[in-house]
Amino acid sequence: MLPLVGILVVVVGFMARLNPLLVVTVAALVTGVAGGMGPVEVVETFGKAFKENRYVSVVWVVLPVIGLLERAGLQERAKTLIGQVKAATTGRLLLLYFILRQATAALGLTSLGGHAQMVRPLVAPMAEAAAETHHGPLPDEVRQTIRAHTAAADNIALFFGEDIFIAIASILLIKGFLEQNGIIVEPLQLSVWAIPTAIVALLVHGARLMLLDRRLARTLAEARP
Amino acid sequence: MIGLEALYVIGGAFFAAVAVMSARDASNPKRWKNTAFWGLFAASFLFGSHLPDFANGLIVIAMVAVAGFGGLGRGEPQTTGQAERTESAARLGNRLFLPALAIPATALAGTFLFKRPELAGLVDPKQATLVSLILGVFVALAIAMPMLRAKPATPLQEGRRLLDTVGWAAVLPQMLAALGAVFAAAGVGAAIGQIASQWLPDGSQLAAVAAYTFGMAIFTMIMGNAFAAFPVMTAGIGLPLIVQRFGGDPAIMGAIGMLSGFCGTLMTPMAANFNIVPAALLELKDRNGVIRAQVPTALILLLANTALMYALVFRF
Repeated sequence: MLPLVGILVVVVGFMARLNPLLVVTVAALVTGVAGGMGPVEVVETFGKAFKENRYVSVVWVVLPVIGLLERAGLQERAKTLIGQVKAATTGRLLLLYFILRQATAALGLTSLGGHAQMVRPLVAPMAEAAAETHHGPLPDEVRQTIRAHTAAADNIALFFGEDIFIAIASILLIKGFLEQNGIIVEPLQLSVWAIPTAIVALLVHGARLMLLDRRLARTLAEARP
Repeated sequence: MIGLEALYVIGGAFFAAVAVMSARDASNPKRWKNTAFWGLFAASFLFGSHLPDFANGLIVIAMVAVAGFGGLGRGEPQTTGQAERTESAARLGNRLFLPALAIPATALAGTFLFKRPELAGLVDPKQATLVSLILGVFVALAIAMPMLRAKPATPLQEGRRLLDTVGWAAVLPQMLAALGAVFAAAGVGAAIGQIASQWLPDGSQLAAVAAYTFGMAIFTMIMGNAFAAFPVMTAGIGLPLIVQRFGGDPAIMGAIGMLSGFCGTLMTPMAANFNIVPAALLELKDRNGVIRAQVPTALILLLANTALMYALVFRF
């Protein structure tokens, strides 16, 4: 049971709103020692794991391009484009993005979206512009809500689309784990059973996005003098 | 063969440039902390593969010591104002989308092309998508730089501006992945599985299914990653109860079990790259703003997954 103290460190640290980097590092060191490693071995294990996971941070290399295009008015152009489409509302726009993101993820094209490449430079400004077209200038907290919903739409569409594709990491993990336990399943058998949840996700989140439109209309009507 | 090592050199060069530019930016009150943090990160990228593991560990601890107390500062690289951007957007029009869309387009094309037999050996097939994504960055720069008549240093400074808005959170996903590895090495998963199987009531199919789906979600929230939760919960509850005792279908259990874990991913700050990083990138005041937007959908889907698994897993 001793290794579980690391989990305690994580939960308490996050609740106390300490710096997450600090919390995670302390949790790793404590867990290692509690699991019977020596101090040097713990630092080695953590260092090796950090080194081997550098690929997670490689995506930041996109920032110079995104920054350069923002400097030249990419977000403004995205806003103008959506502002011209009168039928576009925040909810409808996000639902359209959700469907495209989920459908492409289901075909294995998970790298077509993403927060740094698509959400910040394109989708979030468009979602804000759609609300501005209908309701005029937005108060800051409404802007924040719309942005949060843009990121949420990207995540939810990705998570409940990608498992329909047969060669995605999570499907291969399930297959590999079952195989270790003597159960042979084909990836297709697994991905077929991701479809019911994908449909429910589309219905549930689509309904929430339509409700978001109504909520925005209500809040912004009240906010206007 | 182009693989991860080449990408680490590119990443390391970018982070090193950020460190140097931060050192020269007097507008940032914490500029030396930024310099040290990104300099250390650059060292990890450039030399990490050749350093002993202990040295890599010390680099991480030094980075945390710099950023963990009082955080990092934000530089103010020279950029354009609102009026200039509106003017530039009107002048350039939809051409501006071209470089932005070149990134996913190259990522997509490369993923398929580099796996073709004619191009075998050029790019590590396991990393084809990541290599193509970074290649897309260079394609986009090649289109955008002449179009905007930008100076060579401009994209780096603009990249630093964005990286500073994300701050230390940029490293959190990688750090959490490393924590997961330490958890695995120390036997955390086995301990959780033991507890879970002790607490379960006998005999009820619904209780077994609910314990598995909710267990997947909760353990994913703790670990920040459904992949870490899946082997533990499936070995602890899924296989022994749902499949072996009650005769459930293993494919349905596995597929819906993983998706229940994803519901947990939507609700935890530990899944930093999906929840904390976008909050920073979109400059939200509430670090948990994205999670708040996701919780209702996540909870409904968790209940739906439980119902779906109960309805389907014993039937096929």
